[in-house]
Amino acid sequence: MANMSPEKVKMNELDPKMRAKCFEEVATGYTAAQALEESQRCLNCKNKPCMQGCPVNVRIPEFIEKIREEDFLGAYEIIKSTSNLPAVCGRVCPQENQCEKYCVRGIKGEPVGIGRLERFAADYFMEHGKKEEKEIKKNGIKVAICGSGPAGLTCAGDLAAAGFDVTVFEALHTPGGVLMYGIPQFRLPKEIVQKEIDSLRDMGVEIKTNYVIGKSELVDELFEDGFKAIFIGTGAGLPRFMGIDGEMLCGVYSANELLTRINLMKGYKFPDYDTPVNIGKHVCVVGGGNVAMDAARSSLRMGAEKVSIVYRRSMDEMPARREEVHHAIEEGIEFNVLTNPVEIIDNGEGAVGGLKCIKMELGEPDASGRRRPIPVEGSEFTIDADTVVMALGQSPNPLIKNTTEGLEINKRGCIVVNEDGLSSKANVYAGGDVVTGAATVILAMGAGKTAAKAIIDSLKA
Amino acid sequence: MYKIVEKRELNDQTTLMTIEAPNVSKHALAGQFIILRIDEQGERIPLTIADYDREKGLVTIIFQKVGATTKRLGLLSEGDALLDFAGPLGRASEFDGLKKVCVIGGGLGTAIAYPQAKAMHDLGIEVTGIAGFRNKDIIILEEEMGKVCDHLHIATDDGSNGNKGFVTNILKDLIEGGEKFDEVIAIGPLVMMRAVSELTRPYGIKTVVSMNSIMIDGTGMCGGCRVIVGGETKFACVDGPEFDGHLVDFDSAMRRGAFYREKEQISVNHKCRLTGETK
Repeated sequence: MANMSPEKVKMNELDPKMRAKCFEEVATGYTAAQALEESQRCLNCKNKPCMQGCPVNVRIPEFIEKIREEDFLGAYEIIKSTSNLPAVCGRVCPQENQCEKYCVRGIKGEPVGIGRLERFAADYFMEHGKKEEKEIKKNGIKVAICGSGPAGLTCAGDLAAAGFDVTVFEALHTPGGVLMYGIPQFRLPKEIVQKEIDSLRDMGVEIKTNYVIGKSELVDELFEDGFKAIFIGTGAGLPRFMGIDGEMLCGVYSANELLTRINLMKGYKFPDYDTPVNIGKHVCVVGGGNVAMDAARSSLRMGAEKVSIVYRRSMDEMPARREEVHHAIEEGIEFNVLTNPVEIIDNGEGAVGGLKCIKMELGEPDASGRRRPIPVEGSEFTIDADTVVMALGQSPNPLIKNTTEGLEINKRGCIVVNEDGLSSKANVYAGGDVVTGAATVILAMGAGKTAAKAIIDSLKA
Repeated sequence: MYKIVEKRELNDQTTLMTIEAPNVSKHALAGQFIILRIDEQGERIPLTIADYDREKGLVTIIFQKVGATTKRLGLLSEGDALLDFAGPLGRASEFDGLKKVCVIGGGLGTAIAYPQAKAMHDLGIEVTGIAGFRNKDIIILEEEMGKVCDHLHIATDDGSNGNKGFVTNILKDLIEGGEKFDEVIAIGPLVMMRAVSELTRPYGIKTVVSMNSIMIDGTGMCGGCRVIVGGETKFACVDGPEFDGHLVDFDSAMRRGAFYREKEQISVNHKCRLTGETK
C-alpha cells in the first residue's frame, strides 16, 4: 500500500542559526528509514511522467522501487547507468522544474522527493558500495574534452565507458568547474565532487589541470596530437556587470569572484589558506538566481552582520531553486524585491558606502514570459552597504572562440551546435553553458551525454 | 608539479626563476603572463613571463619578494617544484608597423620590459631602453637590457649610479631633444605608468602600459582584474594586460590594487595552526 501522505518526508537540516556561521552541509540527507518511507509515496506510474522531466533520463520509478525493496545499492546502479554524477544531481538539480514537476503526486500535495531519494542512494553507495572493477574494452580512439565541469565530466564518463581514450583539459588547478569554484561547500561538499572525479579517473580518464585550451594548446593542435573528436564544455565564465556608476569601487565583487575566492581557494579558511576575502558588515547581493543565493549565504557565513538580496522582479519570478530561497530566508537573508540598483555610492575613500536603488513594478510579460519590471519614477532610496556582489549571470568564456577558426558563434557569444552537439567545425562538439549561456548543472550534463553519444556513433561507424 | 630548474637572486629583493612548464612555453609570447600556486594552501598569483625556451619547455619569471606568496616563493630552491603553473595568459604585445620604440621599465617592471625589448630587437625595431630604480644596489638586468637596446639609459632616484632622476625626466629630454618614437611602452608601478602616460599625452605619442591587477583565475572568470579603459570595463586577464595608457583610469586601478593590503599583512605574519610554520 502506497504512503498517501500529501507531504514529502522532511529531510534533516542543520539549525539555521548554527549553520549560518559555518560551511557545513545544510541538508544532512535522509536516513534509510526516511528514504524507505518516502519511496512508498511513489505510485510507480506506468507511463513514468517524471522521466520526461529529466535531461539525462534517469529511470526514476525503477530506482525508487529498488529503494522500496531496500536494495539501496541496486537503486544507485540504476541511477548511475544514465547519470555520471548522482550525488551531485541529488543535491543541486532544480527538481521542482524537472522530474518532480511531472510527478502525479504533485497534483494533490507535494510530489515524491525524487531528488532526496537520489541523493540518499548516491550517499549510501559512497559509504557502503564497492567499486566494481569493470573491464572496459579499449578502442584506442583519442577524444579531448575541454573543461571539467558537469558537461565535460559527463561526456568524459560516457566516452570512457564506451572504450575511448579520454583526456580532459582543465584551465584551473582543480577539476570540477562550477561544482568546485561556484557551488558552495554547504550545498555541495567538495569531497563529494572529488569522489565523482576520482571514479572517472578510475575508469581511465586522464585529467590535465592548468591547461588552458585556446592558450596553452589550440583546438586545431589537439587534432594534430591525434585526438579524433573534441568536446568543448568551457562553461559561462565571464561575469556581467550592470554598467552603473561605482562598480569599480573597492568592495564590489562579481559573484564569480566572491565564490571562487571562498570555494575554490578556500578563502573561508584564511589565513591558513592564503586567499583573502574582504566581506563587510552589510552585503547587498544583486540578482535572484542560485548564484545570488549562494553568494548571499556565503557572505553570511563569512561573518557579514546583514545580507540583503536586491532583485528587480518579485519573489514569484525568482529563478533560484525554491529550496535555496527557503534556506536563505531561514538563515535571515533580507529580500528587497522589485528593487533595482542605479548607483553604488562612494564612501569618500573609494570604497562602497551604499547601494542606491529604485523601486520597480511589474508590467506586461517580456520575451522570457515573466512580467517585465518597470522603474517607479521618484522612488529612489539607498540601502546601507559596504559590500556589493553582482550576481547577474555570466557569458560564455571567449578564449576558445577567439583562437579557433571555423567555429560558429551566435550574438550572445555562445557556440552554435546541432541537435547532436556538433558545432560548425568538423569533429568539434560543444555543450553546457558555452552553448546555452548560464543554465543548470543537469542541462549541461544532458548536453555532455548527447555529444558523447554522437561522438560514439560517428567515430565507431 | 612544475620543477624549478634555475634560481638566481638579482638583488636582495628580486629573484629570477626558470620553471619547467611545457604547457606554458609552447605558445608563450612577450607581454603575456602566467598564474602560479605554490602549494595546496597557496593563492594564485599572476606573474609576467620574463623569458621562455620553447625547445626545452622552460619559462622564466622574475619577482620581488614583497607579498606573502612571493616571500615564500623566494624560499624555494632549484629542484623544488610548484604545484600549479598555468598559461600563457593574456594577449601578447603587438609590434606591427613599429620602427622606433622607447621601452621603459620601472624597478621590477624592467623584468617585464626586457622580453618586450628583446622581441622588438629581434624584429629589427630600433629600441631605446629606459630603466629606473630607487638606488644602484637594486638595478637588475642591466647587461641583458644592454644587449637588446640600441640605446639604454639607467636612472636612479638617489643618483647612486651617477645618473639621478626619474624615467620621465629622461624620456622628456629624449623627446625634447628631437627623438621621434612610434610608441612608448611603460611597465612598472602604476604611479610611474601614469606619469609616463601624462608626459606623452601632449606629444601625441602612443603609449602602452601593462596592468598588473589583482586576479584569481586569469581566464576572464572572476572579473576581479577589471580596469576602466576609455570609459569601458575591460578585464586585464583577457583584454590586456596591455592597454592604451592615455585611456586607462589609473585612480580606480590604484585603489583596487590596495584593497587587500591589510589581509596581505595578516598573511605575511600568519603562523600556521597545523604545522607551526611561519609562511
